[in-house]
Amino acid sequence: MRTAKFLPALVAGALLALPAAATELKIGLQDDADMLDPAQSQTFVGRIVYTALCDKLVDLSPDLKIVPQLATEWAWSDGGKVLTMKLREGVKFHDGTPFNADAVVYDVTRSMTLPESKRKSELKSVEKVEASGEYEVKFTLKSPDVTLLATLSDRAGMMISPTAAKAEGTNFGNKPVCSGPFKFVERVQQDRIVLEKFQDYWNKDNIFIDKVTYLPIPDTTVRLANLRAGDLDMIERVAASDAAAVKADPNLTYQSVVNLGWLAIYFNVGDKATTPIGKDKRLRQAFSLAIDREAANQIVYEGTSVAGDQPFSPQSPWFDKNFPVPARDVEKAKALVKEAGFDRVPVEMIVTNNPVTQQMMQIVQSMVAEAGFDVSLKATEFTTLLDEMTAGNYQVGRSDWSGRADPDGNIHQFLTCKAALNDAKYCNPEVDKLLNAARESPDEAVRKQNYDAAMAIIQDDMPMTWIGHQSWIWAMNKKVTGFVPNPDGMIRLAGVKKAD
Amino acid sequence: MTALDQVDIPPGEQRAPSRAWRKLKANRGALVGLFIIAFFTLLAVLAPLLPIPDPNATSWSAIRKAPSALNWLGTDDLGRDILSRMIWGAQASLLAGVVSVGIAVAIGVPFGLISGYFGGWTDQIISRVTEAFLAMPFLITAIALAAFLGPSLTNAMIAIGLSAMPVFIRLTRGQVLSVKTEDYVEGARSIGLRHSSIIRRYILPNVFAPILVQATLTIATAIIAEASLSFLGLGQQPPAPSWGSMLNVAKNYLSQAPWMALWPGIAIFLVVIGFNLLGDGLRDALDPREA
Amino acid sequence: MYSYIGKRVLVAIPTLLIISIFVFSLQKLLPGDPVLALAGEDRDPQTIEYLREKYHLNDPVPVQYIRWVGSALQGDLGISLKTNQPVLKLIGDKLPVTIQLAVMSIAFAFVIGIPMGILAAVKKNTALDYIANVVALSGLSIPNFWLGIMLILLVSVKLGWLPASGYQPFFDDPLRSIQTMLMPAFVLGNALAATLMRHTRSAMLSVLSADYIRTARAKGVSEWAVVLQHTFRNAVLPIVTLSALLFGDLLAGAVLTEQIFTIPGFGKLIVDAVFTRDYAVVQGVVLCTAVGFIVMNLIADVFYVLLNPRMRAAL
Repeated sequence: MRTAKFLPALVAGALLALPAAATELKIGLQDDADMLDPAQSQTFVGRIVYTALCDKLVDLSPDLKIVPQLATEWAWSDGGKVLTMKLREGVKFHDGTPFNADAVVYDVTRSMTLPESKRKSELKSVEKVEASGEYEVKFTLKSPDVTLLATLSDRAGMMISPTAAKAEGTNFGNKPVCSGPFKFVERVQQDRIVLEKFQDYWNKDNIFIDKVTYLPIPDTTVRLANLRAGDLDMIERVAASDAAAVKADPNLTYQSVVNLGWLAIYFNVGDKATTPIGKDKRLRQAFSLAIDREAANQIVYEGTSVAGDQPFSPQSPWFDKNFPVPARDVEKAKALVKEAGFDRVPVEMIVTNNPVTQQMMQIVQSMVAEAGFDVSLKATEFTTLLDEMTAGNYQVGRSDWSGRADPDGNIHQFLTCKAALNDAKYCNPEVDKLLNAARESPDEAVRKQNYDAAMAIIQDDMPMTWIGHQSWIWAMNKKVTGFVPNPDGMIRLAGVKKAD
Repeated sequence: MTALDQVDIPPGEQRAPSRAWRKLKANRGALVGLFIIAFFTLLAVLAPLLPIPDPNATSWSAIRKAPSALNWLGTDDLGRDILSRMIWGAQASLLAGVVSVGIAVAIGVPFGLISGYFGGWTDQIISRVTEAFLAMPFLITAIALAAFLGPSLTNAMIAIGLSAMPVFIRLTRGQVLSVKTEDYVEGARSIGLRHSSIIRRYILPNVFAPILVQATLTIATAIIAEASLSFLGLGQQPPAPSWGSMLNVAKNYLSQAPWMALWPGIAIFLVVIGFNLLGDGLRDALDPREA
Repeated sequence: MYSYIGKRVLVAIPTLLIISIFVFSLQKLLPGDPVLALAGEDRDPQTIEYLREKYHLNDPVPVQYIRWVGSALQGDLGISLKTNQPVLKLIGDKLPVTIQLAVMSIAFAFVIGIPMGILAAVKKNTALDYIANVVALSGLSIPNFWLGIMLILLVSVKLGWLPASGYQPFFDDPLRSIQTMLMPAFVLGNALAATLMRHTRSAMLSVLSADYIRTARAKGVSEWAVVLQHTFRNAVLPIVTLSALLFGDLLAGAVLTEQIFTIPGFGKLIVDAVFTRDYAVVQGVVLCTAVGFIVMNLIADVFYVLLNPRMRAAL
């Protein structure tokens, strides 16, 4: 009886399934994603899921070049104020809605105007977007902004089905419909997100996985244990302390790449700064000189990160070679402290209560002590740290940035007057001018000149000092092949295979 | 219940303490507990005098070294001597246990006395608030309070103390209620003794024993709670050591440096079992039923 | 009896009100701005202002409180700031998970704790009693989270016997579901088993010394019949009563256990919500646990009154 009942279901299932056994990839993520709506979402892991779910107008190659995805070619005109894009033809959304210029106009407009949208500031420079043909769109900008292409390689450039977006409104994230290689199946909050292969995908010949399940497992040890036990095929953000173990494991593959972000120490130099270190740049320079960046990175990240002193890593083309990562110089630091009129300088440093950050800051604490800084560490939860640093209620703070593809995203919003992320409360009109100019020129040489000029001022004023650049580390089962690490930390599944 | 009825002289005046002490001495478990507690207390108190390295002295050439002749319990993620950090950490853990229970008793007992002795509206209000606190899981209240106060050992102690307080209110109130109706209290009241004298002479001595037992057992819970909060990053902050925060760091190095997680875990276990053994022993010793 | 229950339910109302006020005031008490935390890395000022307006976070707290109570009475606990989902739905999603964990832990605690307690009581002051006590004390004294970590290290990483974490809905794949829950249930259940063993032992001891047991023994009833039929039957009620009171311990224990084994249940929901300042979720979950706790307490009290009619007068 039971068999008879289940038979039709079984047959239907067999018909739908692929001839070979379906290949499922289970990926362990560090956090749970938030709403799966590209216009509304904010989390890093959300972006990882979108990489499989939603195609973007343009993509970012591992060497950080903007490459075609849904847009096949593009051109700037009118002095960098107009961007025209040709779109890929024959692309469908998961619900069958055709992808065309109207869809792009609808989606970008939605990101710019939806009250809940978190893409508004990214798209601030866009005056309007319009269809200039069935498969051609034209972005008109208020002022030249070359960073727009990088913006369109992320959530602001993700295309969602206008049919679904109109029907679901702000609840689109509960059942997202895009045009990526995988379509949404189900989601259980804090547990899993399941996607399956989209049979009409434009690039389906490059997709060798039938089903992807993302599982949020915040504890790095547990995540790795799951991978080792065979319950996961791949994990992201392996702890640096586990790197050696992963490399030594014959069943696992280790992949890593230095990321676009940075680790930095912020000095509150704003109006609320009443401390010696906030007022006197010599003390900040001394503080920076007393840190052995190589050693700190080596100890905390076990050789997986690189030491740095700028918002761009030493490997980045944007790195200013006039300011190489400084070697530790305690004598010079002591001299600077003395010159500023101090013997010992009391400093209160706010840090998150995360063990890795605390390890790093305890190292810094003992390093700068030799130069005359008596650092007391004030640990808080991340939410509190955010609040206090935004409000400028701190002396010295420690925070990270996950990084953006365009150099602008790693410096402009931190160091221009009144910028949203300017927690150092730094304001120098000259720096503003240079960083704004760097944003407007499509000529990379001109941009580099501006960044270098700004960097010279910043290294002297030192409202922030950078310590290094972490790596993204992935670990996967040996059966999984074809994965290419990208500095943006995403997991692109095109070309990824899993042996049985 | 029947046992209490039999007590016809004010219990405060009988030779209960010496009898209890005799019984406690005969209880092997309680003695083991007492020994464990004394051992760790001694370590904690003598920490500054012991010939051990500075618990915060980092050594970048000795990061996460396994136990050896030089570092008996190994070193941690900053090359610090774990033995030394364990000994200094004993201070934090014991202090957290004792101080937070001290807070709970200092606030809980008076409220319980007032609530039970005077009854009426005061009792109603105190009881409702107590119930409200009891209805929220202990650890969740503690997490919320610790997050509110900001992560530090002192704040963790306050958070744990406040979360443990309702138990003492309820216990004291219950004891007071059962003692209040005893003949000698009624008698004292009828001859016009002041409330404060009645409470001091007749009520307090009677509630003392169960509170002592409860306090001892709650210290055990509080030590685990402190470790739990530190494990979530809400307790003792670096570089000062506590067993819970040592575990919080150690969980990232489980396979590379299991000793980092092993020692603090064992130490917490031992101290907690010590307080539990002592609490059980006290309960038996102070129980009038098995006279 | 019914009037007693009725009275207790009425008394629970002010308790719930006090809880709701306490939880609500957390919003003002806790440092950190929920919207700032949720606005993501970019912290776009426009977004932040919009979210504040949308969730009425600019209103005075008393106004927010009254609005919240009003909708809570209509069964609406608000919307999670982080996931944009109704709190009630989130709770509905998580509840079965935690219930499964709880049921498995309690089952474990009963299977281990009660027989151990009976044996210890019957064989009082023997090696068996001594061992049972030591085992129980150890269960009570091991920090939950440490035991969890050690088990993951040993059972999953070194031996590879059980999955290290994760959750499988019971009705999707019962076997796998039980497998993934085995370790968490053990970690959570061992302390309960210890408490239960101790309660069983002392309840059994006090019944064993009662007159009617002595009479039964004198009549020549076999020892096991005395233990199981006469004694345990009379000891079971206090045991059940106390078990109902363990509900609170269970929830508190679930907080860390779920955190370590990444089980998407109640405990994890609330810890994450406290850390991200997702107040609607914190309020809703605490309210639900409090209701659950009060109900369990009521059940325990009713049993207690049934047992001791003398208490009825005292109350």
